[in-house]
Amino acid sequence: MKINYLLLMGTILGLFASIPSHLRAEQVVKIDGSSTVYPITEAVAEEFQKATGTKVTVGMSGTGGGFKKFARGETDVQDASRPIQEEEVKAAKEGGIEYLELPIAYDALTVVVNAKNDWMETIKVSELKKIWEPEAQGKITKWSQIRPEWPDKEIKLYGAGSDSGTFDYFTEAINGRSKASRGDYTASEDDNVLVQGVEGDRYALGYMGFSYYAAHKKRLKALGIEWDAKGKSTVKPSEETVLAGTYNPLSRPLFIYVNVKSLEKPEVKKFVEFYLAQVETLAKEVKYIPLPGDAYGKVKARFEKREKGTAFLHQSDLAVPIGEILNRAPVP
Amino acid sequence: MPASQNLRKQEARASRRRSIDRWFGRIGFLVTLGTLGVLAILLLNLAASGLTRIDWQFLLSFPSRRPAEAGILSAWVGTILLMMVTASVAVPLGVAAGIYLEEYAPKNKWTDFVEINISNLAGVPSILYGLMALGLFVYQFRFGQSILAGGLALACLVLPIVIVATREALRTIPASIREAAFALGATRWQAVWHHLLPYSTGGIATGVILAMSRAIGESAPLITIGALTFIAFLPPAPILAHAPFISFDWLFSPFTALPIQMFNWVSRPGEEFQSNAAAAGLFLMLITLSMNGAAILLRRHAQRNIKW
Repeated sequence: MKINYLLLMGTILGLFASIPSHLRAEQVVKIDGSSTVYPITEAVAEEFQKATGTKVTVGMSGTGGGFKKFARGETDVQDASRPIQEEEVKAAKEGGIEYLELPIAYDALTVVVNAKNDWMETIKVSELKKIWEPEAQGKITKWSQIRPEWPDKEIKLYGAGSDSGTFDYFTEAINGRSKASRGDYTASEDDNVLVQGVEGDRYALGYMGFSYYAAHKKRLKALGIEWDAKGKSTVKPSEETVLAGTYNPLSRPLFIYVNVKSLEKPEVKKFVEFYLAQVETLAKEVKYIPLPGDAYGKVKARFEKREKGTAFLHQSDLAVPIGEILNRAPVP
Repeated sequence: MPASQNLRKQEARASRRRSIDRWFGRIGFLVTLGTLGVLAILLLNLAASGLTRIDWQFLLSFPSRRPAEAGILSAWVGTILLMMVTASVAVPLGVAAGIYLEEYAPKNKWTDFVEINISNLAGVPSILYGLMALGLFVYQFRFGQSILAGGLALACLVLPIVIVATREALRTIPASIREAAFALGATRWQAVWHHLLPYSTGGIATGVILAMSRAIGESAPLITIGALTFIAFLPPAPILAHAPFISFDWLFSPFTALPIQMFNWVSRPGEEFQSNAAAAGLFLMLITLSMNGAAILLRRHAQRNIKW
């Protein structure tokens, strides 16, 4: 009896063990990474699957979490809302992964206030810094502390949670150092929470991805940004200003990273080609801002030539227009 | 006169005690009402924004960037398959462990230690089970980011609930039943199989309901092991048209689940995605309710056969 049970168990386990190898042969394009890039990739995946019937899966484990899987060779394509970082480059090298870095669209970080806020249309970068820098914690609590003519009311702050790429990018652009921020504000990784917060409080100020502002335009007011340090004129976030490169440094490029080895699989190669061909239309549809005119040509050329590596190492690129970045040769 | 005075005192005390009793009843009623009220508000809130969204198209479509075309097909299929794996692992293992600890295990420090730790496990944050499953099932056993790995992770998560419920259920059976069985020459196993288990089915079923209701709403451990968000195809069918007719391929399929799909929609810009999320939430509650309903029916049926 006992031996029979053991045999049965063995057979069942054997059956299980024999299956994965057979599944691996199936054609699936595996993608994971940033939740900011997710809506664009989802749109492309949806269309690609309709057009070709090839199976595509998209995960949402964040830029950092996704790069870990990418470096182990578990995914073919990685969504990223920021350039690859040094440690991730190292991890990819250790995992024997070579990659292409392909910018695909823009996101504009938008500074918003309540629709009933009638005392301001614009804000200076230095004022944003004064509000958001770590030293402001507990000290800058009223609007009037920023400009005397603004109301003597408590300023309610809403911003990205520390796990999000939005937080990394905003803190680096405004406070000069990634992740340096005051902590006494309502933080959420979910931008909808921020929308609701700012929407419901006349004295609120917050920042979020452009697509969230775009979906709630009637109930929020986007502030123009005065680039005092550079002597530029005030710029409001919009497709035009982002494209012109004038909304820098609060506009950020979004990327996909492609595992070069995966491109040997015809379905992955087809998918990336499809991505680059369709992303301009699809990004607009999901409220992101496509790259300027000739940039996609350059991205496609980088893909065709298989120019491996990243163009971002050891450099701060916050105010560099995308065209310039694409002219740089990537370093593996 | 002292006797009647005494009596009056007694009566006053009795009426005070009765009024405390009445008041406790009232407060208890209000608390229950409050809890149900919160549940009702939650349901109404979900229904208000999600009910109009539930239709065949919603149930039979894959996720999409267009909220009106999006659906939850891959999500609810994933959830049901996960629950099948979870139940078929957690219930037998949990019940067996419960029986062993309650009926077989000697009472010593070692079993005390095991007991305390099982209760502790019930309080471990679910994401830790996800991390464990990622290391053990996904990488060590090479199950991959599959339904099997997800189901096993959830099974580990709810195992303590099943064990504790089983033990509680066994404990409520009078010792006389066991003694009678032993007196008639039954072995421990015969006593368990013919008497204790049938009589405790009700309690065990309640534990299983609680366990499954917890597992079905979890998303953190599933995201940790690598459940997906966009997946527009179904796992392979478990039944084939040709020999050997049964296939376990679906166990190794990538998957998503309802809570993950909801999480994704809730964090998207735009109202339409919010009502999609509410609709998915309603459907998730519907699955939970029907699962629990089935378990309650089963319990009724089991209790009908109890002859004492």
